[in-house]
Amino acid sequence: MSRIEKVFKKLKDNNQKALIPFITAGDPDLDKTGELVMAMEKAGADIIELGVPFSDPIADGPIIQRASYRALKGGVSLRKILGLVKDLRRETSVPIVLMTYYNPVFKYGLSEFVKDAVGEGVDGIIVPDLPPEEGRGIIEEGMKAGLDTIFLIAPTSTRERIKMISALSRGFIYYVSLTGVTGARESLPTEVEESVKRIKKAADKPIAVGFGISTAEQAKRISSFADGVIIGSAIVGLIERNTGNPDLVRIVSEFVREVKGGISL
Amino acid sequence: MGQILLAKRMGKKRIIAETGAGQHGVATATVAAMFGLACEVYMGSVDMERQAINVFRMKLLGAKVAAVDTGSRTLKDAISEAMRDWTTNVKDTHYILGSVLGPHPYPMIVRDFQSIIGMEARMQIRRAEGRMPDYLLACIGGGSNAMGLFNAFINDKKIKMIGVEAGGLGIETGRHAARFAEGSIGILHGTKTYLLQDDDGQIKVTHSISAGLDYSAVGPEHAFYHDKKRIEYVYATDKEALEGFKLLSREEGIIPALESAHAIAHLIKLAPKLPKGRIIIVNLSGRGDKDVHQAAKAMGEKI
Repeated sequence: MSRIEKVFKKLKDNNQKALIPFITAGDPDLDKTGELVMAMEKAGADIIELGVPFSDPIADGPIIQRASYRALKGGVSLRKILGLVKDLRRETSVPIVLMTYYNPVFKYGLSEFVKDAVGEGVDGIIVPDLPPEEGRGIIEEGMKAGLDTIFLIAPTSTRERIKMISALSRGFIYYVSLTGVTGARESLPTEVEESVKRIKKAADKPIAVGFGISTAEQAKRISSFADGVIIGSAIVGLIERNTGNPDLVRIVSEFVREVKGGISL
Repeated sequence: MGQILLAKRMGKKRIIAETGAGQHGVATATVAAMFGLACEVYMGSVDMERQAINVFRMKLLGAKVAAVDTGSRTLKDAISEAMRDWTTNVKDTHYILGSVLGPHPYPMIVRDFQSIIGMEARMQIRRAEGRMPDYLLACIGGGSNAMGLFNAFINDKKIKMIGVEAGGLGIETGRHAARFAEGSIGILHGTKTYLLQDDDGQIKVTHSISAGLDYSAVGPEHAFYHDKKRIEYVYATDKEALEGFKLLSREEGIIPALESAHAIAHLIKLAPKLPKGRIIIVNLSGRGDKDVHQAAKAMGEKI
């Protein structure tokens, strides 16, 4: 059982749901990212999702686009992010998932990347622009090395696709709550619950819901039927507004604590 | 035209497109107006400035032109933004992609609809010269006009095909869009192909005098024919393209688009080296009225 699977199992045994915060690695800088990871874990994060900045993030809305741009300007690369994970592993065993577009991984070299990622302590990977049909390489390499490959299911996914994606996903399944890109939304589609229940019938793996979730209230509602909640842009936006603020880490961890409090009820 | 029929058949109410030079945007706005569908065209703000005439045309045709201010503010970013729109509004919207790019099956859809160029060229050259040509020349941004021309001749092994990329300010300056000259294989916009990228796999910003060639990736089928050595790929710089632009205007009375002027620029290099009597077809993929301001500026003329 992988570290991610263990987290979900433990939560399930305690009738709890996972909180998975996302931040863009290197925004505002890698040291801060490290501090934020540690603080978010203390505040109740169960799994941490680190975004690998990419020049052309087609699945992301303006908030994460801007964060990626800032991080790239600061000279962050996939290699440096793996270095950060290595440093973090001296202090924490919280599961870390990388969300990256495929080209940085492809350029790094697939086998070498999987080997290095697992070696430095990365637990899983989400590649939003890699359809599972093209993902055979990473799935097989990941399975051998112990890197969970997490695929996305969209509201438009057909029943056959849901089946296929469920079978190929390891660790958990990422359900995208809406058609569109990342970014906080005031309201989420009402059919999310129905969709998650439908996927549950096809898969015996944990389902985490992401995209658009920005408030403790929304997270609470989603957690009533999903196994985990992913919050990205709301936190990245908080970081953007408080860059340079000495209280940045405290502000972010308070938000994480508030959301976790909501879904633990 | 083909793609809007597809959209119509799928019952879509809204059309989106990206455009670099504005040619594809104008074409999409035209068919959307014809079929009464709402139309929004994404265009980099740099391109909107240098292709202002086409921006006006699109607006005149009832399309909304959305300025894209991210990244290099050119074609690459317009495609990203159109894709974001499409994933958001996929239920009622169809994305009419303008080149042999993007995820499958777009490169095939666009190639097949563009292949009319090659079919007509075959008929016309047979009528005019009584035989097949020796060379085909076309400029390559994404590569749709080139693929449209080449496709009908691809099995005629004797016919040489040359795609001309944008050499910008010169390969050595790093400011160009010559993917085959300096790129390497990578993945962008759902396509595995030759890309201009750095060592970390981040996509490089390109430069070309012509908005339509100013893109970091090239259609995947071109990458395939490049590796199979069926099509040769060369480049022409901004300066050489301007010479081609001037020459064709002066000698033939045809003002070509700055994109197509890259193919003319290579013709100037190629033709003198060939024996007499060789037939070369150059694809004039666009007209130059949209470029006169840009060209005048580059030539140091005030209008």
